[in-house]
Amino acid sequence: MTEPRKTAPGSGPGTVRIERPAVEFLRMYARNWAAVAGFLVFSTIVFAALFAPLILAVDPFEMVWMPFTPPGQDGYVFGTDNLGRDMLTAIVYGARATLVVGASAAALTIVIGLTIGSLAGYYRGWVDEVLMRITEFFQVLPPLLLAMVLVALFSPTLPTVAIAIGVVTWTGVARLARAEFMRIRELEFVKAARSIGSRDRRIIWRVILPNALPPLIVNAALTVGIAILFEAALSFLGLSDPNVMSWGKLIGDNRDYLLDAPWTVTIPGVAIFLTVLAVSLIGDGLNDAFNPRLRER
Amino acid sequence: MLLAVIVFNFILLSLVPGDIADTLAGESGGASEEVMADIRRTYGLDRPFHIQLATYVGKVVQGDLGTSYYFNMPVTELILGRVGPTLLLVVTALVLAILIGTLFGVIASRRPNGLFSHFVTVLALVGFSAPVFWTAFLLIVLFVAILEIMPLSGLVDPTTPRGALAWYLDVLHHMFLPVLSLSSIYLAAYSRLARASMMDVLGSDYIRTARAKGLGETAVTYKHALRNAVIPVITIAGLQFSHIFSGAVVVETVFTWPGLGTLAFESILRGDTPTIMGILFFSAMIVIVVNLLTDLAYRLADPRIRSARNA
Repeated sequence: MTEPRKTAPGSGPGTVRIERPAVEFLRMYARNWAAVAGFLVFSTIVFAALFAPLILAVDPFEMVWMPFTPPGQDGYVFGTDNLGRDMLTAIVYGARATLVVGASAAALTIVIGLTIGSLAGYYRGWVDEVLMRITEFFQVLPPLLLAMVLVALFSPTLPTVAIAIGVVTWTGVARLARAEFMRIRELEFVKAARSIGSRDRRIIWRVILPNALPPLIVNAALTVGIAILFEAALSFLGLSDPNVMSWGKLIGDNRDYLLDAPWTVTIPGVAIFLTVLAVSLIGDGLNDAFNPRLRER
Repeated sequence: MLLAVIVFNFILLSLVPGDIADTLAGESGGASEEVMADIRRTYGLDRPFHIQLATYVGKVVQGDLGTSYYFNMPVTELILGRVGPTLLLVVTALVLAILIGTLFGVIASRRPNGLFSHFVTVLALVGFSAPVFWTAFLLIVLFVAILEIMPLSGLVDPTTPRGALAWYLDVLHHMFLPVLSLSSIYLAAYSRLARASMMDVLGSDYIRTARAKGLGETAVTYKHALRNAVIPVITIAGLQFSHIFSGAVVVETVFTWPGLGTLAFESILRGDTPTIMGILFFSAMIVIVVNLLTDLAYRLADPRIRSARNA
């Protein structure tokens, strides 16, 4: 996959051009228009989250106008909620909590999952046995319920929420990493590395990991989406930092007024939906870019 | 595995800052050090860690999950009273998702590049990306506020006489929206999975044989291919049972469905630790039982596994 492929886009037979892997990767990604759209939407959200204070210099918790102003009225594009807070400001600021928690939880998920999966898949034997028992243990507990318990037992702050999400979602990554490591460790170049005396640590990090990365990277995109959904569910249930605005919290705060002011619930929901959708489209695009042959099917 | 869950529960409990003495003292407006020590002795908190652990495990094995702080009744009783509605919701949603998902997948696989096939792909993406509580709220806006044909919440209308046919019909009526919201996520995932596995199976040799001997396309699809294509769907459904249980917590909260999920959520807000731990343990038990059932279902669907066991 990393070797340059001979391609001749737009050229006659006979002329063969060798493309650089990175260029080919981008070209394959760009062929999936939905993935490009996903990337654009996601970048916009990240941009809005980064520069929230510059775009809208208002505290998202501040009461700015009459409660339940419908969208578009009196200059409030998304209207106001039950406490008269500007929905647009809340959405823009909410993106920060959602993205920060989503990204750090996903990072934690990947670190735990990759560590456990790679050790189990590489060493096999009793290491595998023990680590897989632990993985099964976490698969048996309902993830959201466990996350709720963890947040409630410790403290409802953003770091706790991120850790709780990481603790309950790593099993999928671990299984994937284990399968990849088990497959790759039997391949010839790994045997070659071992025969020249490379140590385990070098083989795991420098020989196997780079070859196991593509499916893991695709999975990482899904992991971010799942983490965002978990964060939304937790803050919707009121099990997150009450002093930080987030999309789930906005829905949770306004759920009782759903029938009278549906926009207070639907708009933050659209925000969550679009973000997760964008992330999964990016995952799809990465998948296509890593496996150019799958596309033709 | 269950033992591991019990031990994990206990360790989690002991990690929590503050104990029952603090809670009780806090409720009665403060207590002296001697009274605190007395409470701790009554609940066995003065004994060494491993003995406390052993006592806890012994109790749970006998079905004693402790006493709820809030309801002041045995947690086991509390849970058994709530598990029915949850199972009704979860199982109906899961069965619906598997049936319709497989059907969608099969229809899509017959024309891999057709309109319906693309619809299934999009549906899978949308189903994955939509938070379940948001789906539920959208359904409420549509069915309760605009169409006005569905009840907003609860298990049954309290005025309906219990036991009569009308009662069951009313439960069905109340179930509609929660089941629809919960199954929407999985319906999407399963139809994509069924589509992929159907396409895989349809390309295999024995399907070509079936076609070669002159069987009609319907017989090939539904009699020969479906049986094998449904295996991955069952596997994933079984594996994901703990996830659908999680989804039920959210859906139950939205529709105030009187099940375990609502109980769990309320107990967390009330700080009713024995009840929360009991529910965590109980749901793990259900997931394990479902995993065993999945194994059995697997054997029914795939004769190869049966013969491998006998060989």
